[in-house]
Amino acid sequence: MADIRYLAPRTLDEAIGAFAAAGSAARILAGGTDLLVQMRSGIVRPGVIVDVKKVSEMTGIEETVDGGFRIGAATSGMALAEHSRFGKVWPGVLEAMNLIGSKQVQGRASPGGNLCNGSPAGDSVPAMIASGAVVTLQGPEGRREMKVEDVPAGPGRTNLKPGEILVRFNLPPRSPGSSDAYLRMIPRTEMDIAVVGVGVSLTVKDGICTAARVGLGAVAATVLLVEPAAKALIDSTLDEAALEKAAEACRAACRPIDDKRGTIAYRIKTAGVLLKRTTAIAAKRATEK
Amino acid sequence: MAKIHVTTTVNGEPAEYLCEPNETMLDALRGPLGLTGSKEGCSSGDCGACSITVDDRLVCSCLMLAAEAEGHEIGTIEGLAQGDKLHPLQQKFLEHAALQCGICTSGMLVASDALLRKNPNPSEEEVRFWLAGNLCRCTGYDKIVRAVLETASEMREAAQ
Repeated sequence: MADIRYLAPRTLDEAIGAFAAAGSAARILAGGTDLLVQMRSGIVRPGVIVDVKKVSEMTGIEETVDGGFRIGAATSGMALAEHSRFGKVWPGVLEAMNLIGSKQVQGRASPGGNLCNGSPAGDSVPAMIASGAVVTLQGPEGRREMKVEDVPAGPGRTNLKPGEILVRFNLPPRSPGSSDAYLRMIPRTEMDIAVVGVGVSLTVKDGICTAARVGLGAVAATVLLVEPAAKALIDSTLDEAALEKAAEACRAACRPIDDKRGTIAYRIKTAGVLLKRTTAIAAKRATEK
Repeated sequence: MAKIHVTTTVNGEPAEYLCEPNETMLDALRGPLGLTGSKEGCSSGDCGACSITVDDRLVCSCLMLAAEAEGHEIGTIEGLAQGDKLHPLQQKFLEHAALQCGICTSGMLVASDALLRKNPNPSEEEVRFWLAGNLCRCTGYDKIVRAVLETASEMREAAQ
């Protein structure tokens, strides 16, 4: 068996140094709920495991002065659920994170891991895309930002450069009358992988939708930002005609596969249904605030 | 391959062990620490038989590296009873016969204890969702859920 090393650096610079030096043999360990399963099954045989949870910037939750949130990429879903403010401001992102696996998994699984694992069905990803979150990346060449929707490159692949680490998510401040929601279709009630997942974030002012973003998961090689669906919602009263137009935009964006979880036809139809339901929940939350 | 020396706390007591970089916390518990109450079911985080707490947060010990325990507080099923006195959950599991083969039981108890510490008054639905990550192939869950609800009720009364 090849030599394997475990490192738990305390600073981001150390983590990046160790990660970059080990090249393609290195794996980042955040919650480990994907990595350890992949190691056990032999899909991944890392030479170096870089545990980033001792890097303070990668595990905290911080509400910024302007009302935005900075979430360390390795923060667990349970830590997000226990935060006094996060779920009030971003209920959709939180419900997406808290649909991932069991309570045991939520105690470890992180939004950064969910995004970097590159699954088209990752639950937190459509909600993060809808939120307009931007991630901070840091690598040997320095720090840069990337929209969440630009991170996935395909199943199991990201657009991070070699040696780059996803440090944190930056969620924008919320204007009054804003909220979000996430719904997924699974054949069970719990502990399953999305057949379709839809995240919607919107702002409602005097009964009119003034801003919207739609993230759509498990219907293409990557999670999608569906701008035509958002356009259909914006400037409407979220009436049935606008919802149907947005649902049609979601159906049109689907490029799904047939698999044991759902057929192509089923996924496309469900994408439209979920868009309507998710929008209704987000709108209700936005107007109740 | 150099082993890693880990210093941690297990059930309130200082503990140390040597582990390989790719060994899991479950390996360390059942191996060098000799705590075999945590069970290995699926080794992929689906069954919950290896449930432990890390800094009071419920996790699967099969999905955690042994090296990660450094500086943290680990809680296992062995820490539930106080000497010979069973924890109310353990007592209630016996009374309700909320177990048959027993392989899921330690995980069920650790998970239920974590729930009641967080929420002393859970609804039946909350108990069922909380325990969704603990699989039992014998009981059909009903007796387990009833045992947890009844324990919660009695612990609330006792606390008054």
